[in-house]
Amino acid sequence: MSDLLIEKGRVIDPASSTDHIADVLIREGRIVEIGHAIEVASRDTLRCIDATNCIVAPGLVDLAAEFREPGHESDETMASGSAAALAGGYTTVLCCSSTDPKMDSAASVQLVRQLADDVNGVRVHPIACLSKQRRGEQMAELGILAQAGAVAFSDSPRPMPSDALLKRALDYCRMFDLPIFDRPEVPGLAEGGVMHNGCVGLRLGLRGLPTEAEDLAVARDVRLAEATSGRLHIGPVSTMGAIDMIGRVKERGIQITASVCPHNLTGSDVDLCSFDSRFKVHPPLRSPRHVDAVRQALAAGVIDAVESGHMPRAWEKKSNDLDQAPFGAATLETTLSIMVTDLINPVELTWSRAIECLSTAPATIAGINGGRLQVGQPADVVVIDPSATWTVNADQFASQCRSSPADGRTLTGRATHTIVGGHVKFSRQP
Amino acid sequence: MDAPKTLHELSLPSWPHRHLVDLEHLSPQEILTLLRTADQLKQLTGGCREKLSILAGRTCANLFFENSTRTRNSFSLAAKRLGADTVEFSSGGSSVAKGETFVDTAKTIQAMGVDWVVTRHQTPGTPHLLSRELDVCVINAGDGPHEHPTQGLLDILTILEHRVDCRDQGPSWRDTSTDASQVLRGMTVALVGDIAHSRTARSNLWGLHKLGAHVIVCGPPTLVSPRWEELGFEVAYRLDDILGRCDVLNLLRIQFERQSTRPFPSVHEYAALYAMNGARMKRAKSDILIQAPGPINRGVEITPDVADGPHSVILEQVTNGIAVRMAALSLTAWADVTFRDANSDGSAAVMEAAS
Repeated sequence: MSDLLIEKGRVIDPASSTDHIADVLIREGRIVEIGHAIEVASRDTLRCIDATNCIVAPGLVDLAAEFREPGHESDETMASGSAAALAGGYTTVLCCSSTDPKMDSAASVQLVRQLADDVNGVRVHPIACLSKQRRGEQMAELGILAQAGAVAFSDSPRPMPSDALLKRALDYCRMFDLPIFDRPEVPGLAEGGVMHNGCVGLRLGLRGLPTEAEDLAVARDVRLAEATSGRLHIGPVSTMGAIDMIGRVKERGIQITASVCPHNLTGSDVDLCSFDSRFKVHPPLRSPRHVDAVRQALAAGVIDAVESGHMPRAWEKKSNDLDQAPFGAATLETTLSIMVTDLINPVELTWSRAIECLSTAPATIAGINGGRLQVGQPADVVVIDPSATWTVNADQFASQCRSSPADGRTLTGRATHTIVGGHVKFSRQP
Repeated sequence: MDAPKTLHELSLPSWPHRHLVDLEHLSPQEILTLLRTADQLKQLTGGCREKLSILAGRTCANLFFENSTRTRNSFSLAAKRLGADTVEFSSGGSSVAKGETFVDTAKTIQAMGVDWVVTRHQTPGTPHLLSRELDVCVINAGDGPHEHPTQGLLDILTILEHRVDCRDQGPSWRDTSTDASQVLRGMTVALVGDIAHSRTARSNLWGLHKLGAHVIVCGPPTLVSPRWEELGFEVAYRLDDILGRCDVLNLLRIQFERQSTRPFPSVHEYAALYAMNGARMKRAKSDILIQAPGPINRGVEITPDVADGPHSVILEQVTNGIAVRMAALSLTAWADVTFRDANSDGSAAVMEAAS
């Protein structure tokens, strides 16, 4: 493997509070030197990337994306999902247990890892099922799943309906020191809901997903995390009530983490006035005051991380009426650009905080190596052109999913190179 | 006056909308244009009874995914009164059960060469989806709890005929120089009952509001969101509190089929609190109008003596339903002619004029 030199970029590593112009030298899959005008003995076997005016950051880490293989290949395959992740600047993705067979056995976890190895693209870490068959009744064999390579447990995007099971699992999981992810929603309050329960939903006559369905679940989650001292990650959150509770328990020193999806930082329920199913996403697009609160909570650190919320669904499923169309959208390829366009450029978020939300914090939450741009670390790196302007066209996504709430938007900032373990797995010509 | 034989001879005002999907996005003037056209066609057809040929050669497809008797027959009759052919598709969700999507079903029907798709569906927004996917006029005959624009129009037409026509002073709604947003000024209309699940309520709300009426939504809090106040409507939970102020009561049916939860303890209790009965009639204004979109649940929202009494205009609403549907078909066809004219070499307009 030839050496790789990323030259003259603005190197940002939130973990070490680094933010300066430097070169990054990669050798045998690891970062071996970060410094000014690195001298290399021989340039013959060297590949150079000119990162002038670009950001050089640890590769992005996604906390929860659905790669629908095996079982739902019409939505997404490991190959298309991996390509979408790399195009979006991600070097690591935690993939959800919503495959078929569901990831509730060692064999199914190993199968997903094998599929990922075969594709050899983005790093994939399985999130195994928390409950057997994702039914929310009995605990899955968490120890065996951990041995098979699961890094977290969750039935997400399905919420955990049973308080007792969640409490038991949080308690039990402490012996593996692995996190449980819960998508907070009380199913009984959200049944049949299609969109945020607000004035817009009232006008449109669409069934609502009330904020209290999320708030109550968060209230339960934080209490159970406190009671068990288990590792709990709550996400994605989208309501003022959820943020308020998470902020207060964090102040009391309770160890919980939370994440948000990009569409809850930028869109609002008004988008549903078009009755277009590409806006039927989870969590639902909330009213503007919730969006404002979520943005502030992200800047303040009450919310730790941004997850893509990538829930790809085949076009034939999405191109239906709003009751029939499933929740979901392709988001891996737009998340970074939305962060730049809607949060960094308006100066609500610094670049360092944005990279922390997209890379450092997710890696820490998942307890995996990554999210750091430091000497000795595996060379998972993203090069970002912060001024690249592009118009989203979902038909051109690497993802198989053609549905995106950002479709048609003109965004700024985009990954130009995605490097996984020293290999340039993705590059985009300007 | 000779009866008009073509759309051109009807001398319709210019109309920009090929589709009629809701009232919320129409201007007061546009709503009044629809109502005036309905009035005009009602008179030309001798009270919706005689036939014209202004839409001869065109075909109206009724695509109903939910049960309906009156609305579907009303649209069919309206089309036939104007000389159009009709074709009926009532899938009741069966095509979805067979795996065909709603849009595919509609495209199949479009391919048979129809000019309008009149659609009813349990999901809000389906007419909007069809209007994007199809190249024919789409008329919403009810999309879940969202809107039912022709129902709103026929309710308002009935009010105009009964109340505004009888006013001694003030501008006539038939006069084209009248300010549309003031036509119902001074009128208080209460929609009573299941506001949450009612498309009739939403179409009435926007239509009445745009024409200047004061609108009250009344029912149990589980069916009447306080957010309606944010949208400019009065919210009331007790019918008896507002009864004396109302010029019109529109008694909505309890939509048992749409309620996933039980929003009130029993039908018995609902009737006790909200049914319009003889005792309540005595406390109402002496000239109150009683409307109901039907089908009515006698003994639930309305007692038989009121439904069949002198203040009830329920059957006139049914007649006016044909009038507003004739207007909807004519105006959308008129917009279609204009649209095709603008998007082709003008041959559509020439053919229309020659026919």
